[in-house]
Amino acid sequence: MSKKEVKFSAKERRKEVLEKLEGLGSEFYAQMEKGHFPHILMPSRSTDNIYYSPELRQYVLGEKRVRRSAGNIRHLGPFTQLVWSSYFAHELTSNQKTSTLRDVYYSAQAYDISFKDQAESDNILTDVETVISSSREDFNIFPEESSAIFGDLTIEYTIPNYAGRRLNLTSHPDGVMIGPALTTAELIETTADKVIAIEKGGLFTRFIEERVHEKFNALLVYLRGQAPRSTRYFIRRLNQEMGLPVYIFSDADPWGMHIAMVIISGSANAAHLTELTTPDAKWAGVWASDITGYKLPSDKLTNLDMKRLRELERDPRYKGDIWQREIDIFTKIQRKCELEAFSRYGLTHIVDSYLPQRLIEMGA
Amino acid sequence: MVDNGSGVPADQVPVAFGQFLFGSKFRLKQTRGTFGLGGTMAILYGQITTNKSVQIITSTGTSRVYEYRLMIDIQRNRPVILDRKVHTNKEVNGELWHGTVVEFHLEGDYYRAMPKILDYLIQTAIVNPSANIAFVDPRGRLYKFDRTTTKMPPPPKETLHHPHGVDVETIQRMMRSTECGNMLDFMKEHFHRVGEQTSRQFLDFAKVDGKSDPKRLNPDEIVELVQAMKNFNDFLPPDASCLSPLGDDLLGAGIQKELQPDFAAAHQRKPSTYSGYPFIVETAIAFGGRIPSRGEIVLYRFANKIPLLYDESADVSWSVIKSINWRRYKVAPEMPVAVFVHMCSTKIPYKTVGKEIIADIPEVSREILNGIREVARRLELYLSRQEKVKREQKRLTIFSKYLPKIAEFSTRLAGKENVPDIDLLLRRAKRFEQEGS
Repeated sequence: MSKKEVKFSAKERRKEVLEKLEGLGSEFYAQMEKGHFPHILMPSRSTDNIYYSPELRQYVLGEKRVRRSAGNIRHLGPFTQLVWSSYFAHELTSNQKTSTLRDVYYSAQAYDISFKDQAESDNILTDVETVISSSREDFNIFPEESSAIFGDLTIEYTIPNYAGRRLNLTSHPDGVMIGPALTTAELIETTADKVIAIEKGGLFTRFIEERVHEKFNALLVYLRGQAPRSTRYFIRRLNQEMGLPVYIFSDADPWGMHIAMVIISGSANAAHLTELTTPDAKWAGVWASDITGYKLPSDKLTNLDMKRLRELERDPRYKGDIWQREIDIFTKIQRKCELEAFSRYGLTHIVDSYLPQRLIEMGA
Repeated sequence: MVDNGSGVPADQVPVAFGQFLFGSKFRLKQTRGTFGLGGTMAILYGQITTNKSVQIITSTGTSRVYEYRLMIDIQRNRPVILDRKVHTNKEVNGELWHGTVVEFHLEGDYYRAMPKILDYLIQTAIVNPSANIAFVDPRGRLYKFDRTTTKMPPPPKETLHHPHGVDVETIQRMMRSTECGNMLDFMKEHFHRVGEQTSRQFLDFAKVDGKSDPKRLNPDEIVELVQAMKNFNDFLPPDASCLSPLGDDLLGAGIQKELQPDFAAAHQRKPSTYSGYPFIVETAIAFGGRIPSRGEIVLYRFANKIPLLYDESADVSWSVIKSINWRRYKVAPEMPVAVFVHMCSTKIPYKTVGKEIIADIPEVSREILNGIREVARRLELYLSRQEKVKREQKRLTIFSKYLPKIAEFSTRLAGKENVPDIDLLLRRAKRFEQEGS
């Protein structure tokens, strides 16, 4: 049974976010009291200021700063939206209420703050993230989509009404949704020694049915395609706080490969945030080489697939040996296959044969 | 029709109202009509449609008022006096009445003609802001156009013909009636701005002996003389004292009173000449008020203070307006913009006998173009000022909409009690705008 290694306190984390938001308000307040138009200097998120950091193994923002001032008629609207969004984030966080991006867009109207569309409000929330360098999940704004987790992990809730209550994540056979309550929970203890993250829901259920969590001593995470940020953040916590290695299984195509990559190295869109990645996570399959190695049923790569492959080939995140090797094989065989392709050899083939072999190969 | 004008001397009444006058005059001045046909024509039209006589009552402000009933003997072009009465003029407010009353009947389709009749009256009111005009139409409706000024443009002076503007017929008639015994005196006596020196120079140029008797010139020699007049370039240009333009103020006042625009500008061009005739172009532009948005500029044309109502698109002013790039002056097609062109001249260069359209003579169209440009520039100034005011207002609205919110949410976020004073910032937002302009 491993106990938590790194200290995490949802309460402290919340306090930190609240302080940063209050600090922002105080700064604007002080500027106005001095008779200045409130203004702020923040890192530029334009593409020419996004760099790949080999040390952090993720995209980061460069030195470029932009100045937003309420004295500039063009900034005035967005600036007001930023101040309101910060205020709203503070309200959510201090009252421990959660919201979604869509919900924020509508909430603004209650305060007579206008957003042209949700894209605009999403963008302003990203500004707030950039200014206080915390992700929006930290100020209780969660995505709509959610993924799930199953396995022997005991957590303790920190949200109102549930605070102090504990739950073992084997308690529900469909898995437990990685929502706001779980994301902010304290991780207490686990018997697992690894995390297995799976792209597809069908496979996630199969793994639970086949007791993969027991056979391989693992926590199972259902990614649901491209993993939402709260899930990426949660995987990071499992890795960092509980010291669990992470193995990712996705479809054998450029898109599946990238699902694994975003968990490992993050996306350019989130270059302003540093706590969403799990650089030590491993892409465990399905590899292009598995298609031939395991004689899996496959489809031809489309033009779009090939184009994506060329992009990934040049992407700095794909520097590592395994990535370049697999990209080469994809290019050579021009085939792709899905996780479900193993069912060609029986429903349990993937669990009985492929998974143990791959985990050994990976040194697990 | 009733007016309070100078009245018609009693002995001239039959000729003025019951006879068509032919032939042009030896002397020139700007008049509303050209040949004195208009009034008689209306009376004639009444007579041939209703066979009724015309009644004229007039006084020149003497102790007598004359009343005539006339008909026109069409075949012989002569007035027939049916009745003539003399009344005693009575003093009203210490003044004897003067003016003219004309009453006649005519048949017409009022409902069809109504829009043009009303246009005519409104436009007449525009170029006569000192006139009170009242009109009771066949339906019994009263239309009133009140004066807003008592100022009138100075009346035109009579002037002699300019040598560039005479034809063979006119010269022949001059020669028949002249009292001058030699050509040198003839030129000096009968022509505009021709003195001793110009007269000698011209006769040398025309190879005509100054001592020769004008009455002795044969028709061929007269034709040659007229030709020489046209070709001689050293005549002084005609002066414009024979013209009576409205002037910027009166034209502006007329437009203001009938159309109540948000903006109007009027401009009088300097006198110019074409073919020996002096002319002055006056232009004006107006925006908003009662001017309709027709999708194109509304054009009002006047010649010697007479509204021109028909065949607008064949008029020189129309083609000048079409040739202008109005976007340059910030004028968009849907804007309520009207352009006014008034040409005064001793001879308006009408294109047709209908006297509704002015011909495209280079000298004239140039003046019209420059005149319209001048007022268009002033409209542009007005429009850009309006635009700036609007922009400024919009800008201030944005500031006063957003700054309080920024203050409110910053205050709440900072956990403060009182919202900071943003009046200073709002005032500064205003000042920035002024500095930036």
